[in-house]
Amino acid sequence: MAVAIEFREVTKTFKGASYSAVNHVSLTVNEGEFITILGSSGCGKTTLLKMINRLYEPDSGSIILFGEDISTVDVVKVRRRIGYVIQQIGLFPHYTVGENIATVPKLLGWEKAKIAARVDELLDLVGLEPKEFRDRYPAQLSGGQQQRIGLARALAIDPKIMLMDEPFGAIDSITREKLQDELLNLHREMGKTILFVTHDIEEAFKLGDRVIIMNEGTVRQFDTPEAIIRQPADPFVQSLVDSAKAKEAFWREYL
Amino acid sequence: MTALILNYFRENSGRFWGMLAAHVQVSILSLGIAVLIGVPAGFLCVRWKKAQKYITGLFSVLRVIPSLAILLLMVPIMGTGTAPAVVALVLLAVPPILMNTVAGLEGVPPFMLETAEGVGMNPTQVWTKVRFPLAMPMILTGIKTAAVEIVASATLASKIGAGGLGDIIFAGIGLFKTELLLIGGMSVALLSLLTGLIFAIIEKSTMKHRTV
Ligand SMILES: Nc1ncnc2c1ncn2[C@@H]1O[C@H](COP(=O)(O)OP(=O)(O)OP(=O)(O)O)[C@@H](O)[C@H]1O
Ligand SMILES: [Mg+2]
Repeated sequence: MAVAIEFREVTKTFKGASYSAVNHVSLTVNEGEFITILGSSGCGKTTLLKMINRLYEPDSGSIILFGEDISTVDVVKVRRRIGYVIQQIGLFPHYTVGENIATVPKLLGWEKAKIAARVDELLDLVGLEPKEFRDRYPAQLSGGQQQRIGLARALAIDPKIMLMDEPFGAIDSITREKLQDELLNLHREMGKTILFVTHDIEEAFKLGDRVIIMNEGTVRQFDTPEAIIRQPADPFVQSLVDSAKAKEAFWREYL
Repeated sequence: MTALILNYFRENSGRFWGMLAAHVQVSILSLGIAVLIGVPAGFLCVRWKKAQKYITGLFSVLRVIPSLAILLLMVPIMGTGTAPAVVALVLLAVPPILMNTVAGLEGVPPFMLETAEGVGMNPTQVWTKVRFPLAMPMILTGIKTAAVEIVASATLASKIGAGGLGDIIFAGIGLFKTELLLIGGMSVALLSLLTGLIFAIIEKSTMKHRTV
């Protein structure tokens, strides 16, 4: 299996901060893996993700995508190879749904007919009726619909790598469950490499082939959900697993 | 009084339309130049923070000077006629356009810009496809403010020989003819209202995503 993403001793310290947001992280992600990144607020998940599409530059260390050190590749080129769903959704409010999804194809100069067909295909894919939604503005969508469009936009040019920063935050648990299942289906069908940030342990364990557990800028454990639950690497991971178990026990009382 | 006004239009309608046309012409010309200065200057302010201090400083000083004073100050420098009037009106109109351009561009949330970069726009595309369009409502408001100010102040500009509806008013003052004051004043007021209305329509059509 090809290696899709490799971090080598990557460190990032923001100006004026006394600690590193990401601290000597080394890890390897294989092509086609669904990786979730779990950790509490401020532990460096977003920073880790943004270094992959060079929105942030590491202070030291290197990041390699499919064998290529990204610091040697043109920034715009790197980004157009990666689908990115940002934490704040970030749909362009002055573009319609269709125009939002078409953003990157347009930048790449695709033909109109090809773009229109792709937009409809993606709307179908994320479960929204093209005729109904194509010409709406983001302000006319619910939060969950907006997040679907954000996902569709990131998928537009069929990138091999998807970075998703808490794409299902601020969504009710039923819709969230549904979107999670849809995403798993998408992953199975398309075989993309996905990095998915969340601070919800159930979500991380449900979606991830492997889970990266972060704390204070470092990777505490990077393994399959099963291995993490069986053998937490350190007290921090242990406490995370315990808290999930406690929640589980709480629900069991009512069954 | 109504009779006097009707009589004026019967005898002078040609001259009236001429003055109205001159007024509109001077206003549009001044507004056009002010936009061509104000918007790029605002862009420079945001693009190069260092420039901001000087550019906004300069224009906020100019802004404090009353429009009549600017008009009259132009006479010893440029003489009388349309040119000095346009210069004075431009000086008057640039500050609101500049300030709103700066505020509009800076009001675009950072995550929006990051999204634009994240999907692979180059720096120019981030400006033209995202930052300027999102700042457009603010910029338009600035242009509207400027336009209304210009239409009103162009009245004074006739004092330095630029023509326009001010001619009727100053004639009315000189000849103690109330009907002339009324005709001139009302025309300017209507023109200002119309200007505001035109911009309201433009704003509406460029901001579909906010109003629907
Ligand atoms: N642009 C920035 N400038 C300065 N400091 C930053 C910046 N972005 C993040 N940080 C800091 O870096 C650390 C890691 O932030 P990061 O956004 O990666 O956390 P996160 O794990 O994504 O948190 P959350 O779950 O709340 O989104 C935090 O302490 C944060 O304050
Ligand atoms: Mg984050």
